[in-house]
Amino acid sequence: MNLALAPWVILLAPLLAAIVILFVGPFSKPLSAGIAILSAAVGAVLSWMLFAHSGDVVVPAMSWIDFGPEFAIRIGLTIDHLSKVMLVIVTTIATIVFTYSIGYMKHETGYSRYFAGLSLFLFSMLGIVLADNFVMMFIFWELVGVSSYILIGHYFEKNSAAEAAKQAFTVNRIGDFGFMIGILMLWFAFGTFTFSELLAKAGAGAAFPVWTTVACIFVFCGTIGKSAQIPLHVWLPNSMEGPTPVSSLLHAATMVAAGVYMLARIFPLLQTVPIALDVIAWVGGITCFVAGLMAIQQDDIKRILAYSTISQLGYMVLAIGVAPSSEVAMFHLFNHACFKCMLFLCAGSVILGMHHEQDIWKMGALKNKMPITFLTCAVGVAALCGVPGFSGFFSKDLIIAFAAEKSMPLFWLATLGAVLTAFYMFRSFFVTFFGPPRSEAARHAGESPLVMTIPLIILAIPSAIAGYGFFAGHFFQVPHPHEETLLTKFGPLGAVVVGVVAAFLLYFRAEKDPLRIPFFANRLYIDALYAAIVRYGQDRFGNVLAWSDRWVIGGVVALSAWAANFAGGCLRLLQLGNLQAYAFFFGAGVVGLLYLLLK
Amino acid sequence: MMPTLAHYLAVSGLLFSIGIAGVLLRRNIIVIFMCLELMLNASNLSLVAFSRFGLLNDGLPNYNGQVFVFFIVTVAAAEVAVGLAIIVALFRARQTTHVEDLDGMKY
Repeated sequence: MNLALAPWVILLAPLLAAIVILFVGPFSKPLSAGIAILSAAVGAVLSWMLFAHSGDVVVPAMSWIDFGPEFAIRIGLTIDHLSKVMLVIVTTIATIVFTYSIGYMKHETGYSRYFAGLSLFLFSMLGIVLADNFVMMFIFWELVGVSSYILIGHYFEKNSAAEAAKQAFTVNRIGDFGFMIGILMLWFAFGTFTFSELLAKAGAGAAFPVWTTVACIFVFCGTIGKSAQIPLHVWLPNSMEGPTPVSSLLHAATMVAAGVYMLARIFPLLQTVPIALDVIAWVGGITCFVAGLMAIQQDDIKRILAYSTISQLGYMVLAIGVAPSSEVAMFHLFNHACFKCMLFLCAGSVILGMHHEQDIWKMGALKNKMPITFLTCAVGVAALCGVPGFSGFFSKDLIIAFAAEKSMPLFWLATLGAVLTAFYMFRSFFVTFFGPPRSEAARHAGESPLVMTIPLIILAIPSAIAGYGFFAGHFFQVPHPHEETLLTKFGPLGAVVVGVVAAFLLYFRAEKDPLRIPFFANRLYIDALYAAIVRYGQDRFGNVLAWSDRWVIGGVVALSAWAANFAGGCLRLLQLGNLQAYAFFFGAGVVGLLYLLLK
Repeated sequence: MMPTLAHYLAVSGLLFSIGIAGVLLRRNIIVIFMCLELMLNASNLSLVAFSRFGLLNDGLPNYNGQVFVFFIVTVAAAEVAVGLAIIVALFRARQTTHVEDLDGMKY
């Protein structure tokens, strides 16, 4: 089996599936689902085969744009340890989510369009994972944004969904603007786009540290947009307008992790510029804390999970900033992908059981009516909060320990974030599954079909055991911090206990929310701030541009028109209509010519 | 005293000047036309003078000038025919021979 072809098959199979579904979809719904799942499954099988084959696979690259050695962009795929792990994560979770979607989207409109969009997304995501140079990664980065737009706007007749899709794409673009500047700055300094060459020249970056630092911070802007860090986090909660499997695949496990993956890719370069790593660490730390604050007062089950995702992405970005190896962040990415995806699928199961009701204060007492969902959700919540024994415990506590090593304020931010995580996750868990049924739909809820619950069970297994050495050792070589004080060892554990106890006291068997903090419920008014900036700033800016267009640019045009008119007016004075005047000019011309000739 | 070439050329020049002054200054279209003919004949005169006085080596005059005059006279005749036809047509349209009244092409 020629493994050099496998990456191309993995990459192109979903694209082919998307194209075929476009033609076949209107005729047969099961066929569209089958084609999509087949492409993802093929990718998964090949990814596991590539993973089992140790050592890098060299894939011949194709030259695309070639203006000489200074500016050459090629289409190449890179298979090294990092991309193999990410391939396994992306394709396996994609296969599971595609299968789950059969059950979830059974009675929805746009079934084939949905699977075509998912296949396009899978193709784009695999492109990011496999890309071997910045420009190719940027192209697929944008493609992922487009697929996200298509999928968030799946119910496009709903105004909120269309607006959310637009917002997601626009906010992403803002980050990508910085990303592009960063890529170009790095090219300017190192003369190459390819990752392998950039990292080989990373040592030379010491020659111009300021330039490289600024370039890396700009590249990080791409991550701020794609991985929803503060201040560009506003699109992720609104992206919950899309169908729940989309939320689980894109906005929990894979697409938002692309930002972290990109940073892991260029990690050796980042290590040469410690200031950039500091910026990254602080943005991550602030994000994980502030997102937690926003989450504790949300009432929509998917929005709680969305803010949780932002917070966990903050942990991953923090890990890039504080740990000596990118493996720590990737470890948390792996765990997070498994349990967050599963949590979203559980939420989808609950939503379906509640006939599309998403407000947790209308749920309750679902523990006996939806047992499989309840148990898998329990595993997921425990993993997310970092309860000892589950996967999240290993990666999250590792990040917090490294943060303590670097700077204590970061440690406190991360630990308080852990307190808040435990608090709001158990709040959501207790209100949804325990307590009295708070509405008719809750009284009549039932378990979801097997095609939805089996993926939940499948994902529960890595959520539980992925942290342990015997499993994780195959994927990651994770460093451990040098010194661990009592605080760093037991602080996170204490944080979990504090959060769970507080949530238990307040929310177990609660009828309605005892806490009412409008500042957090309104997301710190950041969304309102952005809306105001757009409304007022954009209007004012538009007025200035309109004036400039009318008077400055229009003035130049009007000036040239007036000049032509004036010249015409002058020339028209020669039309005298007088025969003898014409004869005079004629004669004068002849005389002049003769003079010139005979001079 | 025998008239020399200079005398003939002076007369020719004078005639040409009178002709051109008439073309530019007279108001009646037919008088303008006559002055045009005058200019042509002035050049005829100078051509004949050059022919008569520009003797070749064997003492005979250079007859090229006089042959040229033939051509000019023919052309003048044809031109008068056409020109008078135009003037008659113009008179029928405008009922005037006053050249200042022909200002249709004025801005």
